Amino acid sequence: MTKIHVTTTVNGDPAEFLADPRETLLDALRDQLGLTGTKEGCGTGDCGACSVIVDGVLVCSCLMLAAEAEGKTVETIEGMAGEELHPLQRQFIEHAALQCGFCTPGILVAAKALLERNPDPTDTEIRYWLAGNLCRCTGYDKIIRAVQDAAAEMRGAA
Amino acid sequence: MAKDELKSGYKLIGTRPNRPDGLDKVTGRARYGADFSLPGMLHAAVVRSPHAHARIKNIDVSKALALDGVKAVVTRADLPTGLSGEDLNLQDNTLAGDRVLYDGHAVAAVAATSALLAKDAARLIAVEYEILPHVTDVDAAMAPGAPVIREGVADYSVPEGMHPNVARYMAFGHGDLEAGLAAADIVREHTYKTEATHQGYIEPHACVGQMGEDGRGEMWVCTQGHWYIRRMCAAVLGIEAANLRVTPSEIGGGFGGKTTIFIEPLALALSKKAGGRPVKLVMTRSEVLRATGPTASASMDVKLGMKRDGTITAGQVFFRMQGGAFVGMSPIGEALPCAFACYDIPALKHEAVEVIANRPKAAAYRAPGSPMAAFAVESLVDEMCRELGLDPIEVRLKNGAKNGSRSSYGPDYTVIGLQETLEAAKAHPNYKVPLGPNQGRGVASGFWFNHGGETSVSLAVGEDGTATVSIGTPDIGGSRASIGLMVAEFLGIPYENVRVSVVETGALGVNEPTHGSRATFASGKAAVEAARQAVAEMCRRAAADWGIDPDAVEWKDGAAHPAGPNAGKFPPMSIGEIGAKMGSTGGPISGHHEVTAEGVGASFGTHVVDVEVDPETGRTTVLRYLVVQDAGTAIHPAYVEGQYQGGAVQGIGWALNEEYVYGADGRLQNPVFLDYRVPVASDLPMIDTVIVEVPNPGHPYGVRGVGETGITPPLPAIAAAVAGATGARIRSLPLSPPKVLAAIKAAKG
Ligand code: FES
Ligand code: FES
Repeated sequence: MTKIHVTTTVNGDPAEFLADPRETLLDALRDQLGLTGTKEGCGTGDCGACSVIVDGVLVCSCLMLAAEAEGKTVETIEGMAGEELHPLQRQFIEHAALQCGFCTPGILVAAKALLERNPDPTDTEIRYWLAGNLCRCTGYDKIIRAVQDAAAEMRGAA
Repeated sequence: MAKDELKSGYKLIGTRPNRPDGLDKVTGRARYGADFSLPGMLHAAVVRSPHAHARIKNIDVSKALALDGVKAVVTRADLPTGLSGEDLNLQDNTLAGDRVLYDGHAVAAVAATSALLAKDAARLIAVEYEILPHVTDVDAAMAPGAPVIREGVADYSVPEGMHPNVARYMAFGHGDLEAGLAAADIVREHTYKTEATHQGYIEPHACVGQMGEDGRGEMWVCTQGHWYIRRMCAAVLGIEAANLRVTPSEIGGGFGGKTTIFIEPLALALSKKAGGRPVKLVMTRSEVLRATGPTASASMDVKLGMKRDGTITAGQVFFRMQGGAFVGMSPIGEALPCAFACYDIPALKHEAVEVIANRPKAAAYRAPGSPMAAFAVESLVDEMCRELGLDPIEVRLKNGAKNGSRSSYGPDYTVIGLQETLEAAKAHPNYKVPLGPNQGRGVASGFWFNHGGETSVSLAVGEDGTATVSIGTPDIGGSRASIGLMVAEFLGIPYENVRVSVVETGALGVNEPTHGSRATFASGKAAVEAARQAVAEMCRRAAADWGIDPDAVEWKDGAAHPAGPNAGKFPPMSIGEIGAKMGSTGGPISGHHEVTAEGVGASFGTHVVDVEVDPETGRTTVLRYLVVQDAGTAIHPAYVEGQYQGGAVQGIGWALNEEYVYGADGRLQNPVFLDYRVPVASDLPMIDTVIVEVPNPGHPYGVRGVGETGITPPLPAIAAAVAGATGARIRSLPLSPPKVLAAIKAAKG
């Protein structure tokens, strides 16, 4: 099958690869670009472990074809920290908001997208925003608290 | 990092430092099962049965092998013969023999140069089936006329006259049941059912296997126990355990489901056939749900006698459980002893049968057997409390097991904390919140044995006075942190100076998996013993330097000190000083501890839940939820709370939405997360926790183990709360909205 040449920007760096027409963005990120921080929990858009941001929009990378990333800007968990951790990342560690940590990259990416639109979300808003990100370990309690505290910190309220 | 409470006198235990693997896990650097790759690696896919029960007439792999880039195919014919017992079960489950026994049963596997190509090739493998009659329901499987799934599965324990699908029977008890029932003011008897649920870890099973033609191999795999992987793969493939080196990846949840093998021998067998090229095999979510460890489904009869004052005079259970098409997988051996473990009742009779059915081979799931048993027994206790107008906590305090009680299953309890959890639940503000219309409150207690098991740990002192600890129990929820805290506490050095690593099978003696709530208990206990050895050696080195007797040296605050004025006057010699010169004072300093850990402390918890049921739709909303559980000692309280919260939410899922739905064709109808619905963030409130600490005398720091009990009480507690809210008692899970709505209508008459 003829492969498609894809040129894109991932975490601020130019990236190029040859995609099988059936290949998902998730597989391209993981297998072609070696960015294995984005996880596959279901491959059907139900768990959110594969969450990335494409041109500013939160998407399930398992539901997007790699070829659709042509000319787009992709942000993954690997691009979230600068020299220092993002406040969400630090608050997740400090709150013990991860147990196995497998859902964590997707939840962090989704929570970052939330706080960029809504810097002061209520508990309910966080819970509904993250309803597409399954976590089987934590019962979500510490995740919600970590997002709240990160939001407060980013607003300068902490 | 403030201490939660200072009562213990510990410096570090009870604090909440950051876990050492936290940074890797929030940055995407941590490597899980599917994140490994090797040069020249192939990718594999598995062909699975679409039928619940069928004879395999023929497998034609020629078209698949003809595809460019396909390197190997394996079927059962490639595996050795002559296995027996559980080894044969494992092999039969890895690849079907002449018959497939459930929807999703593996039939063949193929390796190719890409994952997409492997999937294409799998589709080209043509399997001819002769469909056989099937049965998936536990009661239907032992009813007269049910299709016989396998001949000759019944062992000696099965009474005459039972259906051939009944594989095992168990019974035990004590006291005079009839006299106990006769002494009661009311005797009630009901049947309760729970559906199979899946552990639901978000990370699908994944491994990379490599094996040469000499039968030596390596494996990288997400697992709760890599020695188990080694032993099981060796058995299924007919190789020697020592020839297989297994390295665990980070693990994306297990809950018992990653204590066994599914795809791992396939990756190795394919690699061997493909000339030793490494093979990556990653399950899809549907494969996980169709073919890996769900828990058992259960049908349970319970009978109880109670006096008007709430005294329970006698209890009787008969449990029927199916754990798939393989013998030995239903947890009857755990469910029965858990059934009345929270109580001290003078007369008890326990009976259970294991039935096989055309479902996947069940695997352990968090406190295997205990949640079902609790649903049955705690539900009936609650029904009788409501009938007699008694407070459910008072009734449990009155009948509950205490220190030194004879347990319902035989041994005497030593020091246990059930009563303390009940008192703490009673005193908690959640128990006093007034309830509104359509709201109800439920209470239940739960139990898990906890577990010791085979454990091997080693510890080495560094040249700079730090310590590295090698453990064999994969870290699923912060156990590196808890073990690091205990070792640092013992050595008297900062937490940051202890590095705990999970190491591969070649680096330690055999370790059982992280299961049975044992990692912090058993690996922690062994790590402390290893540290004790290292301290003894460090004291010897100091004594030699000072020219005094080693017995005259004591260890405190990370340094050797002369013990008392008679030992001589020497300044303390720190672990850093001893480490710096150990090369010239006798060589490296380390400690090892290998043991089948004893001194396990039983775990009890009590939950209180408030729900609101929408009378129009039957939908249940959890308003508030309280977990009270005895941790023994909470080494890292944040991760203890996390276990309580996570266990409770899995139990909430089991109670309200999760179930395996089989069609009339015997196929699983909901093998995706959209339809197999685990709780999501918007379903839930915060989960309140109270950590009770009744230290376990069998552990140097009082640890019991906290992982499992939390999933047990939610099933009956939520059913009780729904009964309170609606007046309708539902005796089968899940409490899905249509079922609740129908029950409300029926209750109204
Ligand atoms: S892997 Fe994409 S949503 Fe689950
Ligand atoms: S921490 Fe394990 S799935 Fe969320």
